[in-house]
Amino acid sequence: MTEAETIARWVSPGARVLDLGCGDGSLLRQLWQTRQAPGYGVEIDDAKVIECIRNDVNVLQMDLEDGLAAFGDRSFDYVILSETLQAIHRQEPLLKEMLRVGHEAIVSFPNFGYWRARIQIAIAGHMPVSKELPYQWYDTPNVHHCTLVDFEALCAKLGFKVLERFVLTDGGPVSLLPNLLGSLAVYRVSA
Amino acid sequence: MIVEACKAKFTEPLRLKSGAVLPQFEIAYETYGELNAARSNAVLVCHALNASHHVAGSYADDPDNLGWWDNMVGPGKPLDTERFFVVGNNYIGSCFGSTGPTSPNPATGKPWGADFPVVTVEDWVAAQARLADHLGIERFAAVMGGSLGAMQALQWALSFPARVRNSIVIAATPRLSAQNIAFNEVARQAIMTDPDFHGGHYYEQGVVPVRGLRIARMIGHITYLSDDAMMEKFGRQLRRAALGFDFDADFEIESYLRHQGDKFSTYFDANTYLRITKALDYYDPAADYGGDLSAAFARAQADFLVVSFTSDWRFSSARSREIVRALLDNRRVVSYLEIDAPQGHDAFLMDDARYFGALRAYFANIVL
Repeated sequence: MTEAETIARWVSPGARVLDLGCGDGSLLRQLWQTRQAPGYGVEIDDAKVIECIRNDVNVLQMDLEDGLAAFGDRSFDYVILSETLQAIHRQEPLLKEMLRVGHEAIVSFPNFGYWRARIQIAIAGHMPVSKELPYQWYDTPNVHHCTLVDFEALCAKLGFKVLERFVLTDGGPVSLLPNLLGSLAVYRVSA
Repeated sequence: MIVEACKAKFTEPLRLKSGAVLPQFEIAYETYGELNAARSNAVLVCHALNASHHVAGSYADDPDNLGWWDNMVGPGKPLDTERFFVVGNNYIGSCFGSTGPTSPNPATGKPWGADFPVVTVEDWVAAQARLADHLGIERFAAVMGGSLGAMQALQWALSFPARVRNSIVIAATPRLSAQNIAFNEVARQAIMTDPDFHGGHYYEQGVVPVRGLRIARMIGHITYLSDDAMMEKFGRQLRRAALGFDFDADFEIESYLRHQGDKFSTYFDANTYLRITKALDYYDPAADYGGDLSAAFARAQADFLVVSFTSDWRFSSARSREIVRALLDNRRVVSYLEIDAPQGHDAFLMDDARYFGALRAYFANIVL
């Protein structure tokens, strides 16, 4: 099961969705097609914004680092942050904003505790490069990596409840030792 | 593209927001492309302060007179006239063909002059709706405009919710700020204190308040450009060999503003300028809802595309985000672009690949 399929399974039919860092809008398009969930994307990149418009997806060109002031309290059922958490400078305020604007947040990120990442650092002695983390250390947009353990600790600190967690590697689910064997984690949390 | 200017005459009186009544009026307009059989492909283009119904193309007898948004509208352009039937119109109170202060007052046979009523964005939209009826357009695929034109695109969605499928709102504001009104007031004072203004009755005197118009235009021009764009274009460049230690134009920017002012004062009517700046100042759809813009937009049914430019300090991106917020509060379908363009307010007239690419994609997705 892919990340998008996982998210689609979690989103109830007809729910209102806000996708932060929505890229070309393909997740929103999929949520509309499979769950009839209307949504908006937030994206800062010019080319991706145009792709969203081409894909007939509502897109708002805004900087997530400026917060979510454009959105009212509890105006969405789900606020999604898909593989974008690691590229945000100030995670805490954004996560709080997500649960101000949405009833639930869905957050996914590449797991820095994945064994291949650990080996690249511990044995090979270089920063991890993988399918989920395809960048070199000097050209990456990512600024704050974390592991499953780190993210759950942050949720606890912020008083967020983890409602559901799905961990994947190469498109397959991981249940054993997820922080070691999972390359991508998807969480559903509430305030 | 060779185009032709047309006029439509309306003999049914138009009651204005002020309470005044226009007994009859004409609207100058142009159309490009063909209205399809279902009459579903019409797009109304609304203009800003000093433009007109001549949006695109040129006239057979005046090939150099290109429409003001010719880069946006035409065959194969972002608003493609091969697919859409585009209507350019000139709002009432203007001096470019629609009924305005220079037109004859039917009561006296003489030009309206100072007696022409103050018109509002709402009045323009009401008059445009008459034009739509005249052209057999029940519902526009889109109403589109930049700046003051964007206010009309917004107002269409409020005045005639069922008659607009898409409202395309570029470089807009839902209300002028105190600073915006202040600039307009300086411009009006420049005109009204010109000895040739004669309380607006200057036609009879055979004069034009040229000095006032020049200054009004110079002030306006400063607000259309960003500080950076002006610096980039003119810097501190001198237009003569050395500083003159007198009051002729030393700097290129002075010369540029004088030139713009001179040019403007030869073709623009001072009474029109006063009325348009008032229409800008008065526009505030939230006013009837205790300042709550979201409540004002509750009646809108259209889908929206909102575009702003980061260097626009006249109508800043923050103002467009207020519009977006009000639309989101009402769960409207909306996309918002914030183009990082350097030119300032005038960026809405420039050919920018991101801006034009987005509009092209948006129009392509409008189902006819």
